[in-house]
Amino acid sequence: MSERATRRTIILVPYLWLAVFFLVPFAIVAKMSLSQVATAIPPYTPVFGLEDGPAGWLAKARELSLDNYAVLAGDRLYIDAFLSSIRIALIGTAILLLVGYPMAHAMARAPERWRPILVMAVILPFWTSFLIRVYAWIGILKPEGLLNELLLGLGLIGAPLQIANTETAVLIGVVYSYLPFMVLPLYAALERMDRTLLEAAADLGCPPWLAFWRITVPLSLPGIVAGCFLCFIPITGEVVIPDLLGGSDTLMIGKTLWTEFFSNRDWPVASAVAVVLLVILVGPIMVYQRQQGRQLEAGR
Amino acid sequence: MSSRSRFLDATALTLGFAFLYLPIVILVIFSFNASQLVTVWGGFSTRWYQGLWQNRQLMDAAWMTLKVATLSALLATVIGTLAALALTRYARFRGRTLFSGLVYAPIVMPEVITGLSLLLLFVSLGLERGFWTVTVAHATFTCGFVAVVVQSRLVTFDRSLEEAAADLGAKPWQVFTRVTLPIIAPAVIAGFLLAFTLSLDDLVIASFTTGPGATTLPMRVYSQVRLGVTPEVNAISTLMIAAVTVLVIAASLATKRGAARG
Repeated sequence: MSERATRRTIILVPYLWLAVFFLVPFAIVAKMSLSQVATAIPPYTPVFGLEDGPAGWLAKARELSLDNYAVLAGDRLYIDAFLSSIRIALIGTAILLLVGYPMAHAMARAPERWRPILVMAVILPFWTSFLIRVYAWIGILKPEGLLNELLLGLGLIGAPLQIANTETAVLIGVVYSYLPFMVLPLYAALERMDRTLLEAAADLGCPPWLAFWRITVPLSLPGIVAGCFLCFIPITGEVVIPDLLGGSDTLMIGKTLWTEFFSNRDWPVASAVAVVLLVILVGPIMVYQRQQGRQLEAGR
Repeated sequence: MSSRSRFLDATALTLGFAFLYLPIVILVIFSFNASQLVTVWGGFSTRWYQGLWQNRQLMDAAWMTLKVATLSALLATVIGTLAALALTRYARFRGRTLFSGLVYAPIVMPEVITGLSLLLLFVSLGLERGFWTVTVAHATFTCGFVAVVVQSRLVTFDRSLEEAAADLGAKPWQVFTRVTLPIIAPAVIAGFLLAFTLSLDDLVIASFTTGPGATTLPMRVYSQVRLGVTPEVNAISTLMIAAVTVLVIAASLATKRGAARG
């Protein structure tokens, strides 16, 4: 193979694959969000067929409407679901940063031969089933669960706490599930840090907490940004955690889309939900991509 | 380091790891519980494991999941490695920005969006959903992870080795298979394993893109969990945890040996 042909293959194979299976589908979702539900297979209209010809496509294009978006805008359920998803993702990401930073910091300062073992220990649960780990929390959080048994046994509470099926349970599940996604980028940033800067600060009389705030935190900023986006974006669209831990009162948009699609079989409204969710997340996703590119650039 | 900061570090690590591992430990312990109740210990028993082997549905789902994971991880490894090569080797080509966006975006994209959009694609193409559609969907959402892993190895790659091979008369293909590939092999293997475990674990994208007769293990477990908590789910979870642990330890030993050699 010539140099040019090699180059072309290396670029085109992944490019075409991702264009066909990742980019094109969004156009179809956008089109679907303008269709109407129908009791047919497939369960929506208009259905564009090659046999219609340009005139037929034009006629069918006129049937497209923004009705599904009007449904979303007019129903408190959807608006609340969007808002509470964003709220849960923001609170969850903040807690993750507070929990993950001390862990990553401690890992980066551990003796060198311990570090790979600690990293492996963070990754290992992330490589066991996510669904099953979330499911395990039901047994811990439910009224007759282990947490309540423990708190009652210690005499800290008089009656079992209702944690399962609340937003608190969703937050616990979210923080638990995404902790490795927060710790690993933070660790990568902190481990690379030049420690002599802290020694210099100490020599110049800077107290440790101030050195941490003025040196460690700014230098770990790329890790903080990457970790926050890696958690915030998927949490916003989370389905399994609110379904298993949240009960019926907790609304999240990913779960709403899921219900709309699988239970109500309303594909057009599900698509409209997906489009709005995507629009909300495009900004954060682009920031994450920039960050990712810059980090790899820096590793060069 | 002062003893106070050492104490803080130890506390952060202890609490953090306790939080990460406690649910898994509890789950494993109660999979050996003779009692039907999750909170009441009724003595040691392996009855839930015995029931598992007779559960044809679960076994079929497990087999399907393994097949999908193997094939989709292979596909993702090829696509992801090529993408990583394209991004590190070719500084500029038409649509590079879009290309890098397409590589990284599936990593953070919420699974409901990816799942729904792929399903609608398969429906518009008139493809029958099942084993192949799930495999393609999984390869698509995991290849970005492979690309990131391989790329991090490629950026520290010494290009003069390839140039030397080319100067000595190796054809581009020979340079790739004899020089480039062996050097990046640990990252390619790590990428494959990551894609494999992501596929094993995925519920949302599989639910959207599958059809009748192609139910994966997470889908099976999910429907059982929703129907009610049975210790059988604990048992199959424990088996999966054990399998992944063995796999991860084997992989880390393999990469350690590779790193020691390279």
